[in-house]
Amino acid sequence: MIKKTLELIGEYIFLMKRVFTKPEKWSIFWKQYFVETESLGLTSVVLIGIISIAIGAVLVIQTAYNIENPFIPKMYVGYMVRESLILEFSCTMVALILAGKVGSNISSDIGTMRLTEQIDAMEMMGINSANYLILPKVVAVCVFNPILMLFSFLVGILGGWLIVAATGMITLSQYTEGLRFAFNGYYIVYAVTKMIVFSFIIVTVSALYGYGPKANSMEVGRASTRSIVAICLLILITDLMLTQLMLN
Amino acid sequence: MIYVHNISKGFGEQQVLSDISINFEEGKTNLIIGASGSGKTVLLKAIAGLHPIDAGRILYDDLVFNQLDERARKQIHKKMGMLFQGSALFDFATARENVRFPLDFFTDWSMAQKNERVDFCLERVNLEDIGNKYPSELSGGMQKRVGIARAIVMNPRYLFCDEPNSGLDPQTAIVIDRLISEITHEYNMTTIINTHDMNSVMAIGEKVVFLYEGKKEWEGSRENILHSDNKTLNDFVFASEMARLIKKSKS
Repeated sequence: MIKKTLELIGEYIFLMKRVFTKPEKWSIFWKQYFVETESLGLTSVVLIGIISIAIGAVLVIQTAYNIENPFIPKMYVGYMVRESLILEFSCTMVALILAGKVGSNISSDIGTMRLTEQIDAMEMMGINSANYLILPKVVAVCVFNPILMLFSFLVGILGGWLIVAATGMITLSQYTEGLRFAFNGYYIVYAVTKMIVFSFIIVTVSALYGYGPKANSMEVGRASTRSIVAICLLILITDLMLTQLMLN
Repeated sequence: MIYVHNISKGFGEQQVLSDISINFEEGKTNLIIGASGSGKTVLLKAIAGLHPIDAGRILYDDLVFNQLDERARKQIHKKMGMLFQGSALFDFATARENVRFPLDFFTDWSMAQKNERVDFCLERVNLEDIGNKYPSELSGGMQKRVGIARAIVMNPRYLFCDEPNSGLDPQTAIVIDRLISEITHEYNMTTIINTHDMNSVMAIGEKVVFLYEGKKEWEGSRENILHSDNKTLNDFVFASEMARLIKKSKS
């Protein structure tokens, strides 16, 4: 177990050394960057939007249900929703969702390319396949995911607003007042930092599992599953560490 | 010329290649034959630099390929073309884009110049009209021919073909064999082909190396095969009834 983990860390370091080199041609890199932004980022917008709007609405209902004490102002519903979304849901939970969608996509794509010798074909041509395939993904996801996180935050707030408007459990002015109450801009910096780190983990770890040798299509599937488990664990551990570092 | 000298390769406990030395001649189709699991593909990929070897030397002309640094190896890789067993065409690209791929990376040509070269290579493999199709829309034979076009687009000096006929019908297999042979002579390339198709051996095998359990068992020309008294080679080559009948009629 320890030997395997150390081997995996070694493979990760070697792979990253090949990934983070100067691209053969910048024009090809930028072309790939936009392709990856579309396929890994833009295609996640609808999914994240739907989940965020639902979570925002549910947070409002649960928080309002739990604040029955007449001494606690109702505007705290909006405050709690905002804090929950920005501190944890829109970065950590969204990252875990993206680990499933984007991580498995990357791992199975690269794994299939390995299995069908497409990666060997690139190496034969003298192309650094790790750099060509992985670097644009890393940059695209690390740039786009923080935007996706801010989008999730705003849509979550909107989801809360809609449920408040629909049910009238608190007034809209109480909800809005709560959203504006004691706002700390540093939380945005904290959330964006977390999202960049999580995005890096999602791409590089899924690429590591996909890039390794594959004997058959079942191994591609297994590598994809293993990568998601590893990413989720790493995200949770990193979340703890970053929270301790940045908020304590 | 490619010369492999005493090379060995293993994966973990399993020794796949043991102490193999072969001289692959320039301007000839050099065939590596052997049963499944005899180490043909590992040998080919080791020569092409896709598998690092455990011992021995691989020489490309006077350069010891396996002792070069990454930059120097890359320069030799640019002189190589390879046709993979499953064609290994990029799924995300059309046939034209597949053939153009190395040109995009390693030339500063204009798009018109690149297109001209791509057209030439596709015409050379008799595929003028399928440029805009994706690999999944092509038949196995067409995929192999696009693979050949991609392999020769950079005017390589060394051509590697891993089981070029696998999965093809006999007629298409003959077309692919002829194409590889013609291209080898046309550009004076050093071509190494892995196969267990005896029709290919008899059609284009100018030099034949027989591998058995990771070792070089026999080496010679296709004419020598018919008269060899090597039992392991004969068991492999004349495994089918048809091959035995041919040998009988020849003798």
